[in-house]
Amino acid sequence: MQGFIEGLVASFTKTFITDNRWLQLLNGLGVTIMITIVAAAIGLVLGFLIAMVRSTYEMRLSGRKCRNAGDVILKILNLICNIYITVIRGTPVVIQLMIMYFIIFASSRNGIIAAFLSFGLNSGAYVAEIFRSGIMSIDRGQFEASRSIGFNYSQTMIFIILPQAFKNILPALGNEFIVLVKETSVAGYVALQDLTYVGNLIRSRTYEAFFPLITVALIYLIIVLLLTFLQKKLERRLRNSDH
Amino acid sequence: MTTDNNALISVKNLCKSFDGVEVLKGVNAEIDKGDVMVVIGASGSGKSTFLRCLNLLEEPTSGTILFEGVDITDKNVNINTHRQKMGMVFQQFNLFPHMTVLRNLTLGPTKLLGMSREEAEKKAMELLDRVGLAERADAYPNQLSGGQKQRIAIVRALAMNPDVMLFDEPTSALDPEMVGEVLEVMKKLAKAGMTMVVVTHEMGFAREVGTDIVFVDDGVIVEQGSPDEFFNNPKSPRLRDFLSKVL
Ligand SMILES: Nc1ncnc2c1ncn2[C@@H]1O[C@H](COP(=O)(O)OP(=O)(O)OP(=O)(O)O)[C@@H](O)[C@H]1O
Ligand SMILES: [Mg+2]
Repeated sequence: MQGFIEGLVASFTKTFITDNRWLQLLNGLGVTIMITIVAAAIGLVLGFLIAMVRSTYEMRLSGRKCRNAGDVILKILNLICNIYITVIRGTPVVIQLMIMYFIIFASSRNGIIAAFLSFGLNSGAYVAEIFRSGIMSIDRGQFEASRSIGFNYSQTMIFIILPQAFKNILPALGNEFIVLVKETSVAGYVALQDLTYVGNLIRSRTYEAFFPLITVALIYLIIVLLLTFLQKKLERRLRNSDH
Repeated sequence: MTTDNNALISVKNLCKSFDGVEVLKGVNAEIDKGDVMVVIGASGSGKSTFLRCLNLLEEPTSGTILFEGVDITDKNVNINTHRQKMGMVFQQFNLFPHMTVLRNLTLGPTKLLGMSREEAEKKAMELLDRVGLAERADAYPNQLSGGQKQRIAIVRALAMNPDVMLFDEPTSALDPEMVGEVLEVMKKLAKAGMTMVVVTHEMGFAREVGTDIVFVDDGVIVEQGSPDEFFNNPKSPRLRDFLSKVL
């Protein structure tokens, strides 16, 4: 028993105290959070824009002929968005990350920018689908009522469709960011020292698997629980503010 | 049918196809200021399509629609400004569920007519008062009954000060006991001189309030006339057949 406890203390010390390893873990956590936040921001903006293209296309042009230059541009944009979504959703994020780092950023080898971009681009494809399904789920009567009052297409989107769509998609959006946090754990592939990388590094240096890996797992779990809590709170607030 | 240039809405040879299927096959109609045109006909005959073409919610395949002298089917016309003058009421109400009743009424006037919020709210309260719903101003649509929703939808359209009101079966989605309250509001509106185009199955309303009854069958206007001649002396066999079923 005595030996067991001494062993635990030794493992704990090696994992966290020696060489200030707790600080390395903290830095790793910082990297993970930073990638997640920047990628989420890119994903939100990009996803929103793509969703606007795709749903505008669906509402105005789907199955119809182009009648002016604007229609042609919309059609081309829609095609580009479709290809983008298909490619992103059809390939593993870690491959996308490596392509970004080893091919596109081959000369600079800027890992953090590569990570921001590829996780952002990846998330954008999923967010786009979430936004789009949210927009398309709003009853067509809402759109028609707004247009019949005299609102144009974008006013209708801004005042009528998006506020309703946003509330509907909040759970899906929250889930997407929860997935994103965990997906950043492959950042080590492009020489970034994120939480997972540091945990694994400590494991290999100390030959202690238990503490480093369980700690890393717990930290992810806490982040996810925190995000879930915020998500529920926001949903509740939106639900109470109107109907 | 004479063409008169003073008509508020003048529809000429209106055709509309969906995916190659012709639903409106050359409709001509004149709606003068103060008219209450009631459109009746069997399900699928094209009544809604006709009404929805009037404010271009459906884009006509061919034909012209002059509204206040402007051909609104012209691609260069900004349809949004004309729609402001054409209120529309839907079978399914289509109130904005994320806004209070008051906001439903003030959104258009504040954003499109440049009214101040106070001004728009004052006008909205007057309108709500007219339909007996002033005390529901702060409610959300899902807290209202169907009849209340439809009355709100009517005043939401009125808040824009339209020159014509389009109704597409405004009482068809209502429980029977709520039909009366909505028809009452529409009658008052007609008495106040509002120009209206009403698609409905309420023959009583058509007789009492209509100035011009139109029978649509298979995408064309088969017969048209004053309520008296229309109901008491129908000429076409198809109308006679239809009336024998609904009256
Ligand atoms: N958006 C659309 N796409 C394809 N077909 C349509 C569309 N809207 C209407 N139609 C068809 O056009 C025909 C006329 O429809 P419309 O809604 O105008 O009839 P209606 O007279 O209003 O019937 P109801 O009394 O059932 O409302 C129907 O056969 C309908 O299926
Ligand atoms: Mg109809």
